[in-house]
Amino acid sequence: MTQPPHVLAIASAGGHWVQLKRLSPAWAGCRVTYVSTDPQLRDGVLADPGDAAEVQFYTVKDANRWQKLRLMVSLLQIVWIMLRARPDVVITTGAAPGFFALRLATWMGKRAAWIDSIANAETLSLSGQMAGGRCDLWLTQWENLADPEGPSYSGSVI
Amino acid sequence: MIFLTVGTQLPFDRLARAMDDWCAQNAHPEIQVFGQLGHLNGDSYRPRHFEWAEKISPDTFNSRVQEARVVVGHAGMGSIITAMSFRKPTVIMPRRAHLGEHRNDHQYATMARFKSRSGIFAVEDSAALAQQLDQLLTIPDGATTEADNGVAPFAEERLIQRLSAFIHNG
Repeated sequence: MTQPPHVLAIASAGGHWVQLKRLSPAWAGCRVTYVSTDPQLRDGVLADPGDAAEVQFYTVKDANRWQKLRLMVSLLQIVWIMLRARPDVVITTGAAPGFFALRLATWMGKRAAWIDSIANAETLSLSGQMAGGRCDLWLTQWENLADPEGPSYSGSVI
Repeated sequence: MIFLTVGTQLPFDRLARAMDDWCAQNAHPEIQVFGQLGHLNGDSYRPRHFEWAEKISPDTFNSRVQEARVVVGHAGMGSIITAMSFRKPTVIMPRRAHLGEHRNDHQYATMARFKSRSGIFAVEDSAALAQQLDQLLTIPDGATTEADNGVAPFAEERLIQRLSAFIHNG
């Protein structure tokens, strides 16, 4: 029997993370490596693996696009996690750390999905725009932002 | 209890001050207020009339929401979704870019999209916040949690299905 896919599910703490966790039935039965930016999330994740076959948790530095040094640290941490975990699929709801993992996934020949945050109702987030064309599945949570050339719409996290 | 949340990153002085002013008026001395105020700067507003912390753990955050009679928040999706999942009446005030409260006005767009939902009450200034709180507190405790502003525990089924198919089949 083939092993279930190994999913790396990554999101910054806060709203991005809340949205990512609401998608978790999609990886029921899979091995899951969660990555976020708040070490205090660890216990909750490990105590409640949901329907995942196996769960791991890593934290990386949080950074926004103005914090260049922190972004670099975050990137290096994600490189290390990606090399160590070797996931088959990366799923992210953003923001910067998720974008890094998505880029690394495609470079490593792995599949990646970007689900733009439901907070972006009128324009896609900047990282969401940059994810376009660089991932295998590009989704918005707002029908008005779906575009044949752009992200598609398949419902939302609520 | 009223739980105020502005996320864990940026301060939101206008909302923290509005809440503090409401507490100072002391119209509801029986109501305790607790706030998560985000990462404060040296000159950020520090409320004097209610208890607060810059950041509380995600677990404590969930318990605070669960215990709250009313949640007051910025228009951030983490706050809104968590409040909705516990079916709490939720007052939201969006951060505005022209006031330096966020990089852009996506919270204003969020407010516009969510304000028609049952249990979500949008306010744009301190007067509206005070009025909304006073009005919500006229509803007996417990009765407000019956507001049908709940959400299912997980995402829409079609989104889950699409992702699941992607994970397993590419």
